[in-house]
Amino acid sequence: MEQSRKEQEKIKKYEDYVKRKTPVHSLAKNMWWAFLSGGLICTLGQGILNFCRGLGLDKETAGSWTSVSLILLSVLLTGLNVYPKLARRGGAGTLVPITGFANSVAAPAIEYQKEGQVFGIGCKIFTIAGPVILYGILISSFLGLIYYFLHMWGLA
Amino acid sequence: MGRTVGEQSIQFDSSVYLLGGGSVVGKLEGEGPLGKYFDRVGEKDGLFGCSSWEEAESALQKEALSIAMEKAGVSREELRLIYAGDLLAQTIASSFGVMGFHRPVYGLYGACATMGEALSLASMAVAGGYGDYVGAVTSSHFCSAEKEFRYPLGYGSQRPLSATWTVTGSGACVLGTRRSRARITGITTGKIVDYGLKDSFNMGACMAPAAASTIEANLRDFGRRPEDYDRIITGDLGEVGQKILFDLLAERGISIEKQHMDCGIEIFDKETQDTHAGGSGCGCSAATFAAYILPKIEKGQWKRILFIPTGALLSKVSYNEGKSVPGIAQAVVAEHC
Repeated sequence: MEQSRKEQEKIKKYEDYVKRKTPVHSLAKNMWWAFLSGGLICTLGQGILNFCRGLGLDKETAGSWTSVSLILLSVLLTGLNVYPKLARRGGAGTLVPITGFANSVAAPAIEYQKEGQVFGIGCKIFTIAGPVILYGILISSFLGLIYYFLHMWGLA
Repeated sequence: MGRTVGEQSIQFDSSVYLLGGGSVVGKLEGEGPLGKYFDRVGEKDGLFGCSSWEEAESALQKEALSIAMEKAGVSREELRLIYAGDLLAQTIASSFGVMGFHRPVYGLYGACATMGEALSLASMAVAGGYGDYVGAVTSSHFCSAEKEFRYPLGYGSQRPLSATWTVTGSGACVLGTRRSRARITGITTGKIVDYGLKDSFNMGACMAPAAASTIEANLRDFGRRPEDYDRIITGDLGEVGQKILFDLLAERGISIEKQHMDCGIEIFDKETQDTHAGGSGCGCSAATFAAYILPKIEKGQWKRILFIPTGALLSKVSYNEGKSVPGIAQAVVAEHC
């Protein structure tokens, strides 16, 4: 017991030391680029939305067209190897919007194509997005259930 | 024959000569500071005329070994043994790379320290009289390594500054009993050293303790001081790992700052190539050894060097299961003659 505690302390000491020695990205700079790239993607989305509304589409249909257009753009940019370059700078700004999600699905699809349609693309397309999809569905089902009961009891 | 010295080392009494080296690298490496030394530099697509990254890596090995054999003047039939290794699962780059030589093969895995392992074993085989000509070859490929250990290439993510860039390249050497201008006089086999670090994006820090351990063992076993080497050359510690190595050795009263060089730091220009802490992968130290280090020893610019490829021992599974990343470092003493 004593030994393992000492061992833990030694590991912690080395971890702290390594942390001091390791350079990190500047947080302010990262946040600025994330704000800029994320903001630009959202502005583009707003532009598409306004354009669709201008064509006389209702709010919901225009919203769907916006998402679909952004996804298509992201997939195209992934295929042309531009998206990872944007992400290197943009960080969270390119990761969080819907384009980041599309990129995380398109990238494995391209990479694993060589391993076949089933065992390559089929099995591995959701290697990055999988957890988001699984837990996203799980949580929304759970919340839906709560909403259902609140509704039944006349609370919502 | 050889004899064991100290706890971890072997001194070769009969000579093990380095007869020739071959190196093939990708375009990025070719544009780096060592670019002009490599035997062949590939195209921008990184495929070397193949249809997948794994095939491309095999092609690298095949070509590097062929060049080394040609420079050594050794025919395929004369090659008694090949030691080959890489980073991919089940070392497929080596299997498919050296298969076509139709020579007896030992496949190796020693993470990025594999070239040290291959040279050590090849030296032992030559010194033991088990082969007049023995090949050692290792490789890594940025794209196949990213796929194996990290994310698909097209995935947009930000790499931490401590991360190293896997070198696309392969280095090969032919060792033998025939006299040449360079030889391997001793080896120090590394122990697995674990300081409990779990950050696979800071492999320099994971491997530095292993490098320190092997360097200390080498100096102790052979009764040498750092000044007895013209250069002490680690594999791929990178910027972060180098600082840590100096500190760890300083704690033991050893200073190698004057002699130290790291293949990972040398191979890329971190200011212009956006590779962060440096190059890594078992192609990094292998290609640098064959292209840059070996010729300097042959010419006598360096009389005696210590070459220590360093490896981080992890897999996706061990990482996901919360295991630490232990390191290993294999040292080879090469001398001008």
